[in-house]
Amino acid sequence: MNVPILQMRGITKTFPGVKALQDVTLDVNRGEVHAICGENGAGKSTLMKVLSGVYPHNSFDGDILFENEPCEFNSISDSEKRGIVIIHQELALSPYLSIAENIYLGNELANNGWVDWRKTNLEAAKLLARVGLSENPVTPIQHISVGKQQLVEIAKALSKEVKLLILDEPTAALNDEDSDHLLDLILHLKGQGVTSIIISHKLNEIRKVADAVTIIRDGKSIETLRLDQGQITQERIIRGMVGRDLESLYPDRTPNIGEEVLRIEDWTVQHPQDHSRIVVHNANLNVRKGEVVGLAGLMGAGRTELAMSVFGRTYGRAVSGRVYKYGEEIDTSTVSDAIDHGIAYATEDRKHYGLNLIEDIKRNISMAALNKLAKRGWVDGNKETTIANHYRKSMNIKAPSVAAITGKLSGGNQQKVVLSKWMFSDPDVLILDEPTRGIDVGAKFEIYTIINELAAAGKAVIVISSELPELLGICDRIYTLSAGHITGEVPIAEATQETLMHFMTQEKE
Amino acid sequence: MSALRESLGFLTSRLRQVGIFVALILIVILFQVLTNGILLEPQNVSNLVVQNSYILILAIGMVMVIIAGHIDLSVGSIAGFIGAVAGVMIVHWGWAWWLAIPACLLVGALVGAWQGYWIAYVGIPAFIVTLAGMLIFRGLTLITLKNQQITPFPNELRALGGGFLPDISGGTSVLEWLTVILGVGGTAAILFQAIKERRVRRKFNLENEPMAWFAVKNGFIAVLMLIITFLLASYRGTPIVLIVLAALVILYSALMNNSIFGRHTYAIGGNLHAAELSGIKTKKVTFRLFVNMGVLAALAGLVFTARLNSAQPAGGTGFELDSIAAAFIGGAAVQGGIGTVAGAMIGGLIMGVLNNGMSILGLGTDYQQLIKGLVLLLAVGFDIFNKNRTGAGGGSSLSRRFKWKTTPPATEATKPAKTEPVRVDAK
Repeated sequence: MNVPILQMRGITKTFPGVKALQDVTLDVNRGEVHAICGENGAGKSTLMKVLSGVYPHNSFDGDILFENEPCEFNSISDSEKRGIVIIHQELALSPYLSIAENIYLGNELANNGWVDWRKTNLEAAKLLARVGLSENPVTPIQHISVGKQQLVEIAKALSKEVKLLILDEPTAALNDEDSDHLLDLILHLKGQGVTSIIISHKLNEIRKVADAVTIIRDGKSIETLRLDQGQITQERIIRGMVGRDLESLYPDRTPNIGEEVLRIEDWTVQHPQDHSRIVVHNANLNVRKGEVVGLAGLMGAGRTELAMSVFGRTYGRAVSGRVYKYGEEIDTSTVSDAIDHGIAYATEDRKHYGLNLIEDIKRNISMAALNKLAKRGWVDGNKETTIANHYRKSMNIKAPSVAAITGKLSGGNQQKVVLSKWMFSDPDVLILDEPTRGIDVGAKFEIYTIINELAAAGKAVIVISSELPELLGICDRIYTLSAGHITGEVPIAEATQETLMHFMTQEKE
Repeated sequence: MSALRESLGFLTSRLRQVGIFVALILIVILFQVLTNGILLEPQNVSNLVVQNSYILILAIGMVMVIIAGHIDLSVGSIAGFIGAVAGVMIVHWGWAWWLAIPACLLVGALVGAWQGYWIAYVGIPAFIVTLAGMLIFRGLTLITLKNQQITPFPNELRALGGGFLPDISGGTSVLEWLTVILGVGGTAAILFQAIKERRVRRKFNLENEPMAWFAVKNGFIAVLMLIITFLLASYRGTPIVLIVLAALVILYSALMNNSIFGRHTYAIGGNLHAAELSGIKTKKVTFRLFVNMGVLAALAGLVFTARLNSAQPAGGTGFELDSIAAAFIGGAAVQGGIGTVAGAMIGGLIMGVLNNGMSILGLGTDYQQLIKGLVLLLAVGFDIFNKNRTGAGGGSSLSRRFKWKTTPPATEATKPAKTEPVRVDAK
């Protein structure tokens, strides 16, 4: 039964100064779901770019055999002709075009250069049925959710008669329900003979769908684990990825909780465009000194919207409610007011909202509190470098120096720069939105440790996360949100995934 | 050997910076040969400085606007308009120069505030606002001048365009000694600053450029400064406008590197949303950038008018293109966030030497425009080629830029998925 469909042998790819891949081997059998695991920067995405022709065949060493024939791809279209389709982490859909137009983008159903719209929409509808998406093919992409957009990407792949489907972190932006649906679809396609390669950080997903797991570490293929040999276990994968056993995923925590620092009362936020929609309803919550408070909720529950509307009204309109700090009402209606009152918000999307990727580490760290380094508007560059060096050391930011460009750092190190930036602004309350999204296991542990230390230093910390085990591992108290309502407040001693999920899915009338 | 390899590696990693330097030298050598040595004759060098000064003044403001991710198409019209205003104030109303100059700069600031308001607070893309400004202020120039030139201007104002620092030897020496003192002093100051900076970087464990490159680069700059000093000193000395320009370059370089305002400008151009979420008052910074651009455009207009000794209806036409080209040739990034005042000055000099050299050769404006256009295209093309080669992205920077201007990237707020309440029972 184990017929190989893809064999990659001795793949070595170097960038100026860096060996991204070193003698990597990958064997994928026909009709299996093959997971690729590894820490950020391990070389997973590079390997897939080699496979799909993003890097032309003479820019790396090694051989690729697909269906027993050697491949020399010079571009993505070459690999697509052979039935290899890659779906990137950032979806490549055009928001203003319809679902059908997106599916056939670059591959239009046309007669002599004129698009056959009837056929396009009919065929698109058939493909949508195959991926289990009940949407009208003429709906613009921007009107459907990210989860559904992901399905459109898969429909697009199917339109190209895909034999090998590569998914790069397909569920990173999806909620649990959409993730489940997507994973079911991958299994369904497997039944139809489509082989899949899935890159993922989420070990429970891998256990659910993968027949084999290849682990990549530091640009080398470490081992391939096979389900039929009983090798796929969480411990085994983690050990392979980090090269050591992780005794615990979370650092020990002994909370030392003091007085209330921040209290939010009757907080209500309208949707910025659709004024009839209330995104946050009369939310009340508080956080105390030295406490780590979690905000749990499914996607769309209003967690980020709540945090951003408090942080300088950066989300929503007609925001009403009161914010108290140490019992006194404060005004947080602009970001600089919020910062002045000692509130910091580290975004969930560090690349688009957190960092200036073309600037170096030190200037990113100083960005939110330049006035602390300046006299009469002039910045003290030496002091800035000293401060940045301090954070590089204390936060263990891995970079040649603080003059390194942040865009070239790995996700975990970028997140440490974002955290350094907010720590330097010396806040009393830190709101961390998905602080470990897209970063690897080892760096996650470091981030948790930093959160612990912040709380120990007397900061009040609010953590927003989609990963319930993470909240259970690091918080002292967890609020749950559902459809804009705070539906529960659970002390950590009473919290389990089941109780939280119960509150998170509760509907308020 | 390893030092050599290190230097070579460094050079390829900074191909853009090195390239622009080499390009300037090659262009100077080329025209020096083609013009049989006229290019570097003392009188021509003096002319070159004065002729290009207003473009260089504009390029300072322009590179700042471009770093913030905007553009300004109106500076030529504003310069023309301020020339007309100066003409009315000084020639028609008889205002003294010391009153008219600040008044003109103030009018420039108001013009900048007008445009900055629409761009920063109303949110109209700078491309549109300044395209409108280009028409509006050209129209106002014509109205103010009633379609006729105004002339002549008093000598005090004309000195701004064509005057020189006084000769302290009283005409007894072949060289202008004041110029020599300023030139040598300035060179020493630049070298001192460079060495100091290198020491500081070493002290803070930041990577330094290889010693060989550091020595070659600063040696070259010093020799270049001394040659120019000598050439100026053997003609009529230091043009007054060069002192103004030098002061502006020093002030604005420091402002962009070391002031909160400058840092915020880079932050806005690098990532507008991250800047906003870091508490930077992005609208205020943008507004101020355009006010500043207005003041510098006014100054350029005054220098230009002073040089021609007349305010003309078509004055300043095309300045915007030369100053934008200077900024981009000097390494500013089309998508914002990257660029330096010094780079824009070198870019402006390349354009200036090309203009001047081709004029001496007797090439018509037809060929001059053709060649300048190609140089701009090659410079930015090289930039993007270089970025793609090193994998830093940038190929689609232009489309990104315009998308950015018209539709702000989807925030969490506008992503439909985030705000659609998820119903788990929907299965």
